[in-house]
Amino acid sequence: MTESEKQINNEPASVPVSLMSMNRQKLQFQRFTRLNRVLHILMIVSFISLALTGLTIKFSYTGWASILSHLLGGFESAGYIHRFFAVVMMSVFITHIVDITKMKKREYKTWRALIFSPGSMMFNKKDLKDFIETLKWFIGKGERPQYGRWTYWEKFDYFAVFWGIFVIGSTGVTLWFPELLTHIFPGWVINVATIIHSDEALLATGFIFTIHFFNTHLRPEKFPMDIVIFSGRTSLEEYKIDRPAEYKELLEQHKLEEFLVEPYPPIVVRAIKVFGWAALTTGFCIVVWIIYAMIFAYR
Amino acid sequence: MSKHEHIFLFGCLLFAFSASVSAQDNSDCLACHEDKTLTKTINGKAVSVFVDQEKLASSVHAENKCIDCHVDLKGSDFPHKENVDKAKCTNCHQAEYKDYAESLHGKAVARGDKLAPVCQTCHGSHAILPVKDPKSAVTTLQIPYVCGSCHHEGTPVQVQRHIPQANILENYTESIHGEALLKKGLVVAPTCVSCHSAHKILPHTDSHSTIARNNIAGTCTKCHAAIETVHRKIIRGALWEKAPHMLPVCVDCHQPHKIRNVYYEQGMADQDCLRCHGKKELKAANGKSMFVNYGELGGSKHSKVACSQCHTQVNPSYLRPCEGITSKVDCTICHAEVGDEYKTSIHGQLSAKNDSNAPTCTECHGTHHVLGNKDPKSATFAINVPYLCGKCHHEGKQAAVRYTGTEHNIIEKYTESIHGKGLMKSGMTVTATCADCHTAHHELPHSDPASSVNRKNVSGTCGQCHFGIQEQFDKSVHSPLVTKTDKQLPACNDCHTAHSISRTDQDQFKLTIMSQCGRCHAEIAKTYFDTYHGKVSQLGYTKTAKCYDCHGAHDILPVTDPNSHLSHQNIVKTCQKCHAGASRQFAGYFTHATHHDPNKYPWLYWSFLGMTALLIGTFVLAGVHTLLWLPRSLQYRKELQKKLSGESENKKSENKEANDRE
Repeated sequence: MTESEKQINNEPASVPVSLMSMNRQKLQFQRFTRLNRVLHILMIVSFISLALTGLTIKFSYTGWASILSHLLGGFESAGYIHRFFAVVMMSVFITHIVDITKMKKREYKTWRALIFSPGSMMFNKKDLKDFIETLKWFIGKGERPQYGRWTYWEKFDYFAVFWGIFVIGSTGVTLWFPELLTHIFPGWVINVATIIHSDEALLATGFIFTIHFFNTHLRPEKFPMDIVIFSGRTSLEEYKIDRPAEYKELLEQHKLEEFLVEPYPPIVVRAIKVFGWAALTTGFCIVVWIIYAMIFAYR
Repeated sequence: MSKHEHIFLFGCLLFAFSASVSAQDNSDCLACHEDKTLTKTINGKAVSVFVDQEKLASSVHAENKCIDCHVDLKGSDFPHKENVDKAKCTNCHQAEYKDYAESLHGKAVARGDKLAPVCQTCHGSHAILPVKDPKSAVTTLQIPYVCGSCHHEGTPVQVQRHIPQANILENYTESIHGEALLKKGLVVAPTCVSCHSAHKILPHTDSHSTIARNNIAGTCTKCHAAIETVHRKIIRGALWEKAPHMLPVCVDCHQPHKIRNVYYEQGMADQDCLRCHGKKELKAANGKSMFVNYGELGGSKHSKVACSQCHTQVNPSYLRPCEGITSKVDCTICHAEVGDEYKTSIHGQLSAKNDSNAPTCTECHGTHHVLGNKDPKSATFAINVPYLCGKCHHEGKQAAVRYTGTEHNIIEKYTESIHGKGLMKSGMTVTATCADCHTAHHELPHSDPASSVNRKNVSGTCGQCHFGIQEQFDKSVHSPLVTKTDKQLPACNDCHTAHSISRTDQDQFKLTIMSQCGRCHAEIAKTYFDTYHGKVSQLGYTKTAKCYDCHGAHDILPVTDPNSHLSHQNIVKTCQKCHAGASRQFAGYFTHATHHDPNKYPWLYWSFLGMTALLIGTFVLAGVHTLLWLPRSLQYRKELQKKLSGESENKKSENKEANDRE
C-alpha cells in the first residue's frame, strides 16, 4: 500500500454516534450554500453569454464570428445581450459582496476576523505550504497535501474573478459610455480600454475554459465533471478524501452533522448534468474557436 | 416678180449709177432699205426688208456697218443678189458662236432643223440692245418668254421634238425662281439661261451639260454658293461637288423648273421603285427578299425621305434605274456627324476592316423601318437598348466571346443594377442605358483615351446625369485635377463598379466599399478593421462608420483642408453624425489605431504588450501546474477508485451483516 492509499484509508479516529445512527449512505455533505450556487449558475450563464457576444467582435475576421453574430440577432442585439449580462454579472458580484458582508456581521464581527478565519478565501500560510507540498506531490516527492475548505487554486480562481470584474468591468463601462467618459479622459483611452477589455476577456475565457475546467472537472479523479457547485453536495466518502483537513476539523469540532443533507433526487441531478454539459461544451467550443482565431486566422 | 420688186430693182440700178461703186456705206444700203414698203418674197410670202435706221442707230451695233454683219454682200454690186445670207454674228461673237455650234440648238441648225433657233431668234436683228437694257429681247425678265416662245406647251418644238420636260414655262413661272423674277422683279433670280447657259445648251445626258447629273451641283451653287452650310444639316454638302455619285443631286429633290420645295412626283419617285419593290415575291439572285414594306417606311423616321435619297446610285436614265447601284446605302451622306463618330468607334473600326461581327447602322437602327429613339417600338428606345446591345454583348454572343477584359455577364449585371432596375423595372427612360455611358455611336474600349469610359473621362460621363457629384469629385483628392501622381486614381467605377452599380444604401455596397478603398489604402483599411467600427462592419453590419461616413464619399479632402470632414473644424461634427454626445476629446479616438506601432501609438502598444505578458504569464504558470498535475491525478484516480469500491464493498458486506442480524 502506497503512502497515498494509506492516507485515503486513513479513517477518522472516531465517527459520531449520531452519524452512525443516521443513514450514512444517503446523506451528503453540503459544501455550498444555495445563494452561492445560484450565483455561480448566473455567473456561468452571464460569463458564457458575455464571452460569446464579445468574442464575435474580437474575432470578427473569422467566419464563425459572423455566423454567430447573425445567430445572436446582429451586432446590435449581441451588444444588448452583452450589456445585459454585464449587468447580471455585476449584480452577481455585488450580491456576493453583500453576502459576505452579511456573513461578516453574522459570524465574524470584523473584516479582519473574516479574512483570517480558517474558512476564509484569503491566501494564508497553509496555502503556501499546500502549494509547495502539491508541487512535491506532482514530482513524486511527497504525499497529496491535506487540502482544507479551499485549495490554493480555488482561491486563485476566486480572486481572478475579482481582478477580472475590476479590469473588464471598468473598461467595459468606458466602452459603454465613450461619449461620457471622454469628457474626462482623452479619446485614446477608448482605444486602450478596448485593448485591455478584449485581452483581459481573452485571458478570462481562456483561463476558465481550460485551467478552471481542468482543475474542477477534467482532472481524472473528477472526470468528466464535478457537479458539486450546482448541487452543493458531495458524497461523504468523496468529501473525506478530497478535503481531509476540513473533514478532520469538522469532526473534531463536532460540526459535521450541520452540513449533512439529503441528496437531490435523480431528476435534479440529471438536469444539473445537462446544464453542466451544456456549459462545458460551450466553453470547449469557445476555446476551439479562440485557438482557431488566434493561430489559424490571426491578423 | 411682183410690181414692187421691179420698182426695187429699178431703184437700185438708178442708185448704182449715181453713186461711187467702191464706197459701200450704210447709206448705200439704206438708200433702198429705208423704204418701209420694201419687201422681198420668201417661199411665196412677202417679207419686209425695211431697216429702221433709228433703231439701228440706238442698238449695240450702231457703230457697225451693214456689211460687217451681212458679209456676203461685201463688195457686191448693186443691185445685190436676191438671196442674201443671214447676217453673220460669228466674226465678232466667236466664243458665243462656238458654244452655240456645240449646243443642242446649234447642232439642230446644222442638221437643217427648221425649228432650231439661230442668233436672231433670240437676240433679234437690227435692234439688238445690250443685255442689261430692260428693252433688250434677252434681258433677264424676258428670258423665260424668249425661251418659252419655243418651249411652252403646244409649240411645234414641244410637240415635234423630244423634250423630256413638260409645262416648262408654266412650271417655271410658278417656281420659286419664276415667282421671284416675274412677280417680284428680282432680276438676280435665275432664268432659263442661268441653269442651261445662254449658248451652250446641252441635254442633261451630255456630261458637259450644265444640267448633267455631275454638274448640277456646280450649276446650282453658282447662286446657292453657301448651300453646304445652310442646307438641311444632315446633308454633307461638300460631297456634292467632290463625289456627286454619293449624294442625291439637287434636282433629285428639287425638281427642275418646279423648284419650290422637295418634290418627288416624277423622275426618281418612290412609286417608280415600288413598281418592283412593292411586290412581296421580289427576290434577289441570292434569294434575299427585296420587298420593301412601304407602309412601314411611311411610319418611319424616313417617311419623307425618298428611296433615291438613300439609294443614291439610282439613275432615271436607265430603264431599270437601280441598275447603277453598286454599293450599300451610306447613311452618312445625311447623318454625317454621326457617321464620323461611328467611324472612329470600335464598331466602325472593325467594320472598316470588314469584320463580319461589326455592327453597321442597320444592325441597330434597322433598314426601312427606322424609328426615332423616342418611339417605344424602336430598338434604340431607351428601354430596348440593353436588349439591342445584348444581341452581341450578351455572354456567349459574338462580341462577348471576343472580349478579353474583366467585365462579364454585363447584361445581367446591368439588369440588376440601379440603372437597369430604374430603366427596365421602373420604366424610367431617363436612366442611364448602355448608350448613355458608352455613347451611341462613339463606343470605344475603356483603354482608349478617347473613350467615354476611359479612366480620365468616367467622371465626366457619369457627371452628365449625376450633376454636382462630378463637381465634388473634381475637387477631391481622388481627382487627377488635384492629385498629380503616377499611381492610378480611382474613377467612379472603381467604387461603384461598371455594370452592377447598386444603390449606395444597400448593405452589399456599404460592405464592399471598405475593401474597395482598401485596394489602395491597404494599411489604413487594415487598421480600420482592428477597431470597433471595422470589426462590426466585418461581421456584416452596416450601421457603424464606414470609410465614407467620416471621409466623405466624393468630396474627400486632405485633413489639412478646412473643408475636409475630418479637419479640426469639422471632425467633431462628423463624429456627432452618429455619436450625438461627441466632444472634441471624443474625436481623439483613434479610428485607425494599431497596437503594433510603438512610435505612433505608445499607449496602445504598451497596453497590448502588458496584457499579452499577463496572458502568457498566467497561462504558462497555470498550464505547467495543470500539466504536472495530470499524470499524478491519473494515478490518484486509480487509487481513489480502488478505495471507493473497496469501501462500497465493505458497506455492502456491512449491510448484509446487518440484515443478517435482523
